[in-house]
Amino acid sequence: MSEHIVKAYDEDLKTLHALIQHMGDLTIEQIKKATQSILKRDKKLAHEVIDEDYKIDLLEIKVDELAVRILALRQPVASDLRTVVAALKISNQVERIADYASNIAKRALLLNEIPPFPAVNGLSTLVKIPKRMLERALSAFATNDVSLALHVWHMDYEVDEQYNAYLRELFDGMIADSNNISACTHLLFAAKNIERIGDQSTNIAEAVYTMVTGKPFKENDKLRNEDEV
Amino acid sequence: MAPKINIKQLNLFYGDKQALFNVSLTLPAFQTTALIGPSGCGKSSFLRCLNRMNDIIPNIHLEGQVLLEGQDIYAPSVDVVALRTRVGMVFQKPNPFPRSIYENVAYGPRIHSLFKTKAQLDNIVENSLIRAGLWGEVKDRLSQPATRLSGGQQQRLCIARAIAVNPEVILMDEPCSALDPIATAKVEELIDELREKFTIVIVTHNLQQAARVSQQTAFFHSGYLVEAGETGALFTMPEDERTQGYITGRYG
Repeated sequence: MSEHIVKAYDEDLKTLHALIQHMGDLTIEQIKKATQSILKRDKKLAHEVIDEDYKIDLLEIKVDELAVRILALRQPVASDLRTVVAALKISNQVERIADYASNIAKRALLLNEIPPFPAVNGLSTLVKIPKRMLERALSAFATNDVSLALHVWHMDYEVDEQYNAYLRELFDGMIADSNNISACTHLLFAAKNIERIGDQSTNIAEAVYTMVTGKPFKENDKLRNEDEV
Repeated sequence: MAPKINIKQLNLFYGDKQALFNVSLTLPAFQTTALIGPSGCGKSSFLRCLNRMNDIIPNIHLEGQVLLEGQDIYAPSVDVVALRTRVGMVFQKPNPFPRSIYENVAYGPRIHSLFKTKAQLDNIVENSLIRAGLWGEVKDRLSQPATRLSGGQQQRLCIARAIAVNPEVILMDEPCSALDPIATAKVEELIDELREKFTIVIVTHNLQQAARVSQQTAFFHSGYLVEAGETGALFTMPEDERTQGYITGRYG
């Protein structure tokens, strides 16, 4: 898209994109570290994740302030308006995802108190797709890529399947030996948080879809557009 | 909503120069249509075609049809003076006559003999001023010169003058461009109220104003009607790249 006649307007929108990107990068790092803190029983790393969460909260506030400023001073319309509205929604979702990472790290601290449990390793597989979904959803926002957004949306089916399979594994572990219940419960919560990262990433994808097409994201649209992906 | 004015395949020429190209647009009754576009895009020329204000320009040539409730206003049988009582106009700069406030509003009803008694004329003047939202501010000084009013009051007086002859359509050519934000807000509120009784067409360079006051927006560029649609849709999801570029303030 060509540039605004008023250059400062372009700068504002670029800053908005950069803030979201920065939030996303930090959050992806948080997800990696949180998962590692469970897998490696790394208490220090878990504390790092919990302590760093405020940075993402602050970035969300910055996005809100800049978006409101753009709305008040530039009165955006059409694609600019849709971008600002999408940025507001996306920053909110990224902040939630960062909270999930922090929750996962808290489970690491609790798991550290009890003996190691083999099913822990399943988390490293489970986290891969949600993390990739977040990366791609943010990339779709940065490049106005609606087909990438739809692709992200469809990735969530796989997350749900893997999540359900992992739950069964945990339940089997609990049934086999009641001593496993404590570890399995913590892992269950961690897995739920990971699954929610996938859900929130689909919400980002939906916001990108609306931003680019100007239409609300409806279930039928996804199914109809499945072939295009 | 039934169409009040239906413009079909309108082409306008000033001598050899073509100002409008194949413009077709429907103006729904009791709605405000905003005409937007860069300077020289043809929006004011188009507005002036709707009550034949262009007639006085030499070498003007027009093709196509402007149907006011189905009747072509360019048909030879049409009485232009009568047409302009049905399609009134408000201009960019408030232009009250150098007469009293009362006489400004009474002028139209007088020349069109719209009353029988002085009491009836008083009634028309009062009602027009009430509808223009000016009555409270001027009722005690109707005999004072209209030129003593503030710019915003003068513009509302011009609107009162336009509605005094009970038109069906009111054309407004940048009615707020000379007014401050408060006076502008009063005129915008007035436009919204007048929509109950009249069909309004407004040319404005202020895009936010178009968004605020209109139900339909039409975007003109280089004499072409690029896009027309429901105002909310046009300002959130325009269909044409040129509309998008213009309303977001980008280079075309």
